[in-house]
Amino acid sequence: MTGGHTLRGTMVPHHRPWPRQVLDRYDQPALPAFLAASDAELFDLWADAGVVHAALRDPASGAFAVASVPCPKGRFASIAAVRPGAIRLERAIRDLFGYEPVGSADARPWLDHGRWPQAAPLGGEPGGERMEQASETPDGPPPYPFLPVEGDGLHQIPVGPVHAGIIEPGHFRFHASGETVVRLEARLGYVHRGIEGLLAGTDLARAARLIGRVSGDSTVAYAYAFARAAEAATGTEPPPRAVWLRALMAEMERLANHLGDIGAICNDAAFALMHAHTGILRERMLQAAEAAFGHRLMMDRIVPGGTAGDLDAAGIQAIRDAAAEIGKRFPGLVRLYDQTASLQDRTVSTGIVRPDYVALYAAGGFVGRASGRSFDARRDAPYPPYDRLRFDVPVRRDGDVNARVWIRIREVEQSLQLIEQILAGLPRGQHRTELGPSSGEGVGLVEGFRGDVMVWLRIGADQRVERCRPRDPSWFQWPLLETAIEGNIVADFPLCNKSFNCSYAGHDL
Amino acid sequence: MRRLLWQALRRPVTLPRPAASESALAELAESVDLAAKRRLGRSLSIRQVDAGSCNGCELEIHALNNAVYDLERYGVRFVASPRHADVLLVTGPVTTAMREALERTWTATPEPKWVVAAGDCAAGGGLFADSYAVAGGVADVVPVDLHIGGCPPTPTQLLRGLLALLEATPDNVRTRK
Ligand code: SF4
Repeated sequence: MTGGHTLRGTMVPHHRPWPRQVLDRYDQPALPAFLAASDAELFDLWADAGVVHAALRDPASGAFAVASVPCPKGRFASIAAVRPGAIRLERAIRDLFGYEPVGSADARPWLDHGRWPQAAPLGGEPGGERMEQASETPDGPPPYPFLPVEGDGLHQIPVGPVHAGIIEPGHFRFHASGETVVRLEARLGYVHRGIEGLLAGTDLARAARLIGRVSGDSTVAYAYAFARAAEAATGTEPPPRAVWLRALMAEMERLANHLGDIGAICNDAAFALMHAHTGILRERMLQAAEAAFGHRLMMDRIVPGGTAGDLDAAGIQAIRDAAAEIGKRFPGLVRLYDQTASLQDRTVSTGIVRPDYVALYAAGGFVGRASGRSFDARRDAPYPPYDRLRFDVPVRRDGDVNARVWIRIREVEQSLQLIEQILAGLPRGQHRTELGPSSGEGVGLVEGFRGDVMVWLRIGADQRVERCRPRDPSWFQWPLLETAIEGNIVADFPLCNKSFNCSYAGHDL
Repeated sequence: MRRLLWQALRRPVTLPRPAASESALAELAESVDLAAKRRLGRSLSIRQVDAGSCNGCELEIHALNNAVYDLERYGVRFVASPRHADVLLVTGPVTTAMREALERTWTATPEPKWVVAAGDCAAGGGLFADSYAVAGGVADVVPVDLHIGGCPPTPTQLLRGLLALLEATPDNVRTRK
């Protein structure tokens, strides 16, 4: 794929829209060798019965491909040394399937806290081996060894999983020297609900509802990616009106979340006034969503084959009114952000993410775009109707909290324009069609507010899900938060964390 | 500029008080220790616990604090520690990894205390009930006094449930029942 390096294998038919090839089993180290020699970006790494799949993108051509590595005897060659974004993905594969990433430097579990009734709960599928061993001992679960930090005067600060605010559960272990953070290590997995296990064997309607609950703040993006994967797998063309309605919902979701985030970041910098204003604007958009689509977060509104309902004139008016109000009030808030020295003092040069890290992890969303990686699935893995819409993808290189705020500000402005264009160009006709009866494999990649959301799906002959893998952008953003905080003071962690706003639920699944 | 922004906030954006939820009052009549409730008076401190939510419920709980719903005008506020709380507002199916944290948070909350399970997941595990990684609904782990349904419950639904908790005195529960 990149620069003369190729992966050799057998092409798999009925995998759409990207090609998938199965690498020769005796060529197991082919994948790490290929990645070491190329600059292919890792988009996901996940297990299937007897196989590990890697979704890759060639940044030069923009082409995507899936490479599948057979892992007989439950072992596969680790790629973490050449793509550090894979470290946690490999640990998750070991936890869920029991497949061992050979050569991985990190033997610790990740999603498995030793409290599930059995180890490797998904490894019982054909090709895998079920390991019926309860991990919890009478003394409770095994302790989790955090990475050691040595030095004079260091102290540890454990935080979570229950936090002081209304946020999701996760554990953060700070090592600090005085006020300065020497190392932050996150431990996640508290919100693991076993979604990949629940998806297997279920029908597409229930699967769509489950996928819409991977991460509630991105419910539109997930349902959107799943619908596109299901349509790709079955060779179904959704009606044009549905295609435009989906983009409309996606932009409304992006707008509402960005407004919430901008306010929340300022709030963590002790500037509550901004939070109060953006809270009202966010609420306007959610109320418009309820009026237009019957649900404030637009949950279950995108389905394979189209949308669950249509949009009527009153709904269009509600969205127009909300967008007009936001368009009128937002510029004043942007000026307020820009001109408040006490706020800038907290956000500028705080929590810097290095552009080379972002490139190495192929981090998406505002985290990537604030540090020089401009990828946006709407433009770089284009899907309709975005190929017919005009919008800019804002990029910065300074990578601090301030840069992440500005990317969101610019994206709010872009989303307002996109909503206008979509409402003006909305085609008439059906909003839903039946899925084709064929089975197959499909991928859906859409740009959620937080970054690219990917869903990979294999549908069996009975139109049931054989294997479905939803991947949150947070997988490649969480590790960078740990790098961003280094050298900052402990008190700036909430600010850094909020400027990332990674999903716990989306990551933990 | 600053003055303009303050004025924008003074527009009447706050919604009028919704009625307390009848079904919540009925549920409370069954379960809540109303004598204890009387001791508390008319304000509540809430500690929110996400025990495995998709974060949709959290978004709507957050919205309670915005100027449109303005929860604090009823004397209800969110606090940072269970030790300061009268109410645990719990969301999500309880994952096996969060079970102990929820139990410990409940233990750390002083009596008298109430547990409100918010959202369909909290009610019985929702779509996740059958998973190997889920211990069940909130009531499978700690005693629940009140359920607020919805996926997620809207801020208005949440508010109506919480107001029922605030209004559930022996007298009015009996008359409404
Ligand atoms: S009830 Fe719905 S919104 Fe709340 S956690 Fe469950 S799935 Fe998410």
